[in-house]
Amino acid sequence: MKKLLSLSLLVLLFPALLLGQSQPQAFTGAKIIPIDGAPISNGTLVVQDGQILAVGSADQVDIPPNAQTHDVSGKVIMPGFVDSHSHIGSGDGGDNSSAMHPGVRILDSIDPHSDTFKKALAGGITTVNVMPGSGHLMSGRTVYLKLRKADQIEEMLFVDDPTEQVAGGLKMANGTNPLGEGPFPGTRAKSAAMVRELFIEAQNYQQKIENADGDPEKMPNRDIGMETLVQVLEGDRIVHNHTHRHDDILTSIRLAEEFDYRLVLHHVSEAWKISDEIAEANVPASIIVLDSPGGKMEAVDIRYENGAELEKAGATVGYHTDASITDTRLFKRSAAFGVRAGMSRDAALNALTLANAKMMDLQNRVGTLEEGKDADFVVLSGDPLSVYTRVQQTWVEGQKRFDISNPEDREYATGGYNVYQRATQNHHHGRKK
Amino acid sequence: MKNKISLLFAALLLGLTSFASAQVAVQADTIYTMDGPKIVDGVVLINNGKIEAVGSASDVEIPSNYEMHETSVVTPGLIDAHTVVGLAGIYNQDSDQDQLETSNAIQPELRAFDAYNAREELVSFVLNKGVTTVHTGHGPGALASGQTMIAKTAYNSVENALVDSATTVAFTLGSAVGQYFDKPGTRSKGVAMLRQKFIEAQEYMEKRSAGDPTKRPPKNLQMEALADVLNGELTAMITAHRSQDIMTALRLKEEFGFDMILDGAAEAYMVLDEIKEAGVPVFIHPTMIRTYGDSKNASFTTASKLAEAGIPFAFQSGFENYVPKTRIILFEAAVATAYGLDRTEALRALTIQPAQLLGISNRVGSLAEGKDADLVLFDGDPFEYTTHVNGVIVDGKVVKGN
Repeated sequence: MKKLLSLSLLVLLFPALLLGQSQPQAFTGAKIIPIDGAPISNGTLVVQDGQILAVGSADQVDIPPNAQTHDVSGKVIMPGFVDSHSHIGSGDGGDNSSAMHPGVRILDSIDPHSDTFKKALAGGITTVNVMPGSGHLMSGRTVYLKLRKADQIEEMLFVDDPTEQVAGGLKMANGTNPLGEGPFPGTRAKSAAMVRELFIEAQNYQQKIENADGDPEKMPNRDIGMETLVQVLEGDRIVHNHTHRHDDILTSIRLAEEFDYRLVLHHVSEAWKISDEIAEANVPASIIVLDSPGGKMEAVDIRYENGAELEKAGATVGYHTDASITDTRLFKRSAAFGVRAGMSRDAALNALTLANAKMMDLQNRVGTLEEGKDADFVVLSGDPLSVYTRVQQTWVEGQKRFDISNPEDREYATGGYNVYQRATQNHHHGRKK
Repeated sequence: MKNKISLLFAALLLGLTSFASAQVAVQADTIYTMDGPKIVDGVVLINNGKIEAVGSASDVEIPSNYEMHETSVVTPGLIDAHTVVGLAGIYNQDSDQDQLETSNAIQPELRAFDAYNAREELVSFVLNKGVTTVHTGHGPGALASGQTMIAKTAYNSVENALVDSATTVAFTLGSAVGQYFDKPGTRSKGVAMLRQKFIEAQEYMEKRSAGDPTKRPPKNLQMEALADVLNGELTAMITAHRSQDIMTALRLKEEFGFDMILDGAAEAYMVLDEIKEAGVPVFIHPTMIRTYGDSKNASFTTASKLAEAGIPFAFQSGFENYVPKTRIILFEAAVATAYGLDRTEALRALTIQPAQLLGISNRVGSLAEGKDADLVLFDGDPFEYTTHVNGVIVDGKVVKGN
């Protein structure tokens, strides 16, 4: 059954497997910002079979004779944007029965037809870490999605088999959001104690598996929550930790060091207060731009300078939308605000692409324009950091997924009557009964 | 607009400006006066809190004793056409949220200046982004949530900040009202409740004008506030997003004959002719308003469509119930320019247009001799994401240096 599914998916995704290689497509005349190298003023990008065949300056790249050529002179081409923290897709995570749901997968609840995906494509986003909410210490497994055209969630994953392979991270949260009446913790220290106890349990579970040494008789009963945490302990699954206040950020780092798991800090409102400590711990930060501080106690001290301060300290910085907290259609605005507050252009553009890909272990697939990587890219009308620059086209694995010259697509970029059929506001910080 | 209280405070304001550096000169590559074409290589001279002269550097001589400021671009101080800062605080705790009283859906008697916290952190936050004047007060959410006021953001008490003590009564139509009150539960019920109150106010006015003082009704604050709307002392600012709610607002205006500003107006693009025909200006929703609830059909292009239709409009920061706790009108206008709004129209909708719609253009909204010296200094195109506000001047006082 499993095999059948993945095979049929392969056929769906790569018709070229059946028909031989697809026609190459060449994009000429644009300024190309490949992220892993200097911008190329008159660049050529060639893609085929969903991958990048060649990228470089016009005089260095040979365009295959059978290629379909797109003249994009005067435009700017960048890698498709990678959003390391989003709530698009109408999914959910754990319920109110517990503060910790490591076995819950958001992929089991996502609607591949959700118009929030089209909205994100209109903003140039091609890869997303879709997360369950922050109302729990652990609200569930996140999922890394490629915004391919899809009827079922399997068609959007980075892996063939999400039951056997790691298809995302683990969402954790500290600070005030997970606090509440039982079974939720009432205080920060209790939050940390509950998380530590569960990880100790997972260490014991891991030990039992090791001790069994392959003997089925000695293996512990399967527990999907424990299995998730063992993946975390073994470094295969990254923890994405919602955290705002400086002391909560340090607590996140303390727990990750105690249990030696891989951590990405998310939101990190008070990063500017402890940017050196974050850099020292070698923990990447996925941050948000809010136009004003406040709205919740923990975000009262958020600053536009977070990106610049983290860069200066030597930490890895990515921006995220936290959609629908900020608007996926305007994702590049976050990087521009980073530059406004002192960040370098290179770090800011990296924070829309490669830095986020690394936070999801996807840097070999996405985040730069390099030969052999996925053919995910955006065609922009100009400088990515300018307010006047619009996303013209968004391509995912060689397929055009957004085109501003198509009236229906354009509506997804601007909004309008019944354009967004479904409610796109997730009160994801809250909890459903 | 009521000027009773602002007159009282004029003396206080004069007192305060005397602390400011009395004489300031600002030289800029480009000055958008909003009172004529832009001036290239221009100068603004400020004396005693007022604008003394505006012109090109070749025409206006800078006296040697003036404090000099140089920058790339100067605009008038920005005017937020509708916000809740000062009433809705940064912490978002019960103790700092005064923008909506939920004990009754109709309370036009509530006065914003009885709640405005001039030292609220968000007030200084928006000031530092160039917003020197705010039309603020009770927010959307009640059929009639209270009266609004106009304040300058650079002062530490409401008395000193006040430009106009009572400007509009804020009304809300649509499904949002049902979230906060048991009654009304439907749109129609809400409108029926409002109509009944306005009819009561008409009868109250009638009785109030009785020749025989013994026949006059006892003074009723709610009735007085609605009477002020009916007799033109106060404007009705009606928040309505869905097109049917916008049409209801216009119907109420028609029935009761009050002056009206349409607020929010996410679906204004569907009824542009009707809005224009009614002669109603619009405080357009923040461009980046989230597309859910009554504003689910909002579009980045609505401001440009209002401009094309010739409907007067101004930008507002609106109300936010989570993060960010307030929006910045400059940023909202910037996104509108990226989606088709002419940049001069966008600057107008941040300055002279709200000043005119709020009845304060004699003091603010443009850079002209004799007006309040409220200026914003930018290091580049005001709308560009990466441009900084590197100076703000209010009543001649440099409140953010460059």
